[in-house]
Amino acid sequence: MTAVDLRVAQRPNAPMTTYRYDEYDAAFVSERVAEFREQVNRRLSGALTEEEFRPFRLMNGLYLQLHAYMLRVAIPYGTLTARQMRRLADIADKWDKGYGHFTTRQNLQYNWPKLVDTPDILESLADVEMHAIQTSGNCIRNVTADHFAGVAPDEIEDPRPTAEFLRQWSSLHSEFSFLPRKFKIAVTGAAHDRAAILVHDIGLRIVKNDTGEIGYQVVVGGGLGRSPFIGKVVGDFVPREDLLAFLEAILRVYNRFGRRDNKYKARVKILVHEKGIDEIRAAVEAEFAAMDRSAFAHDPEEFERIAAFFAPPPYESLPATSALLRAAKLETPAFANFVDVNVGAHKIPGYAIVTVSLKPIGGVPGDATSAQMRVLADASERFGFGELRVSHEQNIILPHVKQDDLFALWSMLDAAGLATANAGLVSDIISCPGLDYCSLATARSIPIAQAISKRFSDMSRQRRIGKLGVKISGCINACGHHHVGAIGILGLEKKGQESYQITLGGDPTFSASIGEILGPGVTAEQVPDVVEHLVDYYLAEREEGEAFIDTWRRIGHARFKDVLRREGEDGADI
Amino acid sequence: MPVFKHPQILIASNLTDGEVVFLGSSGWERDHRRARVARKAEEATALEALGKRDISANRVVDVYLADVEIGSDGAPTPLHYREKMRVKGPSVRLDLGKQAGEGAL
Repeated sequence: MTAVDLRVAQRPNAPMTTYRYDEYDAAFVSERVAEFREQVNRRLSGALTEEEFRPFRLMNGLYLQLHAYMLRVAIPYGTLTARQMRRLADIADKWDKGYGHFTTRQNLQYNWPKLVDTPDILESLADVEMHAIQTSGNCIRNVTADHFAGVAPDEIEDPRPTAEFLRQWSSLHSEFSFLPRKFKIAVTGAAHDRAAILVHDIGLRIVKNDTGEIGYQVVVGGGLGRSPFIGKVVGDFVPREDLLAFLEAILRVYNRFGRRDNKYKARVKILVHEKGIDEIRAAVEAEFAAMDRSAFAHDPEEFERIAAFFAPPPYESLPATSALLRAAKLETPAFANFVDVNVGAHKIPGYAIVTVSLKPIGGVPGDATSAQMRVLADASERFGFGELRVSHEQNIILPHVKQDDLFALWSMLDAAGLATANAGLVSDIISCPGLDYCSLATARSIPIAQAISKRFSDMSRQRRIGKLGVKISGCINACGHHHVGAIGILGLEKKGQESYQITLGGDPTFSASIGEILGPGVTAEQVPDVVEHLVDYYLAEREEGEAFIDTWRRIGHARFKDVLRREGEDGADI
Repeated sequence: MPVFKHPQILIASNLTDGEVVFLGSSGWERDHRRARVARKAEEATALEALGKRDISANRVVDVYLADVEIGSDGAPTPLHYREKMRVKGPSVRLDLGKQAGEGAL
């Protein structure tokens, strides 16, 4: 047994499928908690002013929001153990209000923590190898990854060892703790992009070159927010041994040339847009050539040590298809719908990937009660090697479920209100907290999501419509990813009222595009009508097998604009 | 100095728990109906001065004036929808926040 195996084996219920802290990691996080406890004490005593304290609390994920403080907890590359999920539930009960909100960047937010309790919460998180470090502030944020990592059939390589490697490199990196603005990195190792890498500051795509060597296509300058941009390729094939040095070079170029005079122009996407990708690439390559790369030399042994934590669990040898599953589908139509919509193919025969929707009809997207978190933890232990994933789409994934177990799992989820069969459908809406919680928001977003969800509450209608990404943001910062929604909705303030701007044609995948504005803003009450008109028009116009985005691309934006104008003239309330 | 158009109250967040509070006649209140109302620009300036004092005293953070209207009972109600939200709680969770009786004195 290797040292790693031994360490993992000594932990109860410890799956081999996620990174475990070593002594260095544990001490580092523990020291950080103690440091923050001291900072909170100094703030409460008045030794620190709010202005002095603010950067400290933000670097530990603590915001001040509309009704209370908010603590953002990192779920690195979206991977959680059952034990960690249970701890999140315990924290929700002990120090918050019995629920948590899974965000669009694989984090969890508590909406009601007290400042005085925060050090205890962080200590409780550290106990299960979690933290809130760098979930805010102008630093490299939580590194995100494909939520089907390690199990997707279309994958070249599990992106999580790379993501963990980058997490360790970027945690409290002395040169990059005070960047011009926040910096977000996402990694995918698959042929289909489920991690939205083209709209991140840096997106990494694991690729193979002609000789079969694994490397990275590196994309820079993507982002949403006030000025959305699709990232551009800065490195076609960066060998693994050069990855850290190459990223270091990008960050140095950004740190040197990124604007600090205007926060709205400080993201790397603006630098890339203003200079052009050719100039940026030349600057990065020059920095890469000139730098002392020895400090960033690839350590294959360390990479392998990390990769070993993500080794596949002990799968059984099973037939590719399950007779039990077939029979249960025939017997229980609701289960059959769940399987058809929320269950995906797995790379191992006889297994499946299950998406547990946190979007019940009329519910709050991404919210889970502590009781539901415990059900998910139990389900993962009973049916999936004790491992869970959090998607940027604000759902939970059980990545290793035997097809034979799907019916039992569905029954368990259904009893807990967690079996909504809408993954990827029109009611699987990405939504930021909006003005119900967020101090930056200009309008509410959750009630809009709820109204659309209720409008399309007929699940058979949803299935007829098919895959359709509706994404809602409550302000221009675009946490709800509205720019890359096939139907995007942006809440703004107009003459003292909430107003909603609709965009069409956004796409977060490798065929990424930014949505185009449909027309003047509409009221909250009008949004479901507008969405319904758009969907009905799509259904009338689509060709066989065509998704909404494909129909929009084929027939053009103007046709969708026209239909809304005609509907308005006909007296529809839009 | 901004033009004084409407009566105003002073809103802040309590330092220790982050709850929304309102400057009243005898300190910070958790119920906006007990807020002290400035009806003239000079009174608003005085409220702001008290807010700065209590920022320095580490009682509150994020202090600002909000426009209100005065109801028939004499109680102030915020005019803007953002502050209307702050005096109640999340519109999607009526069981939470001030609207649910949480945090009331």
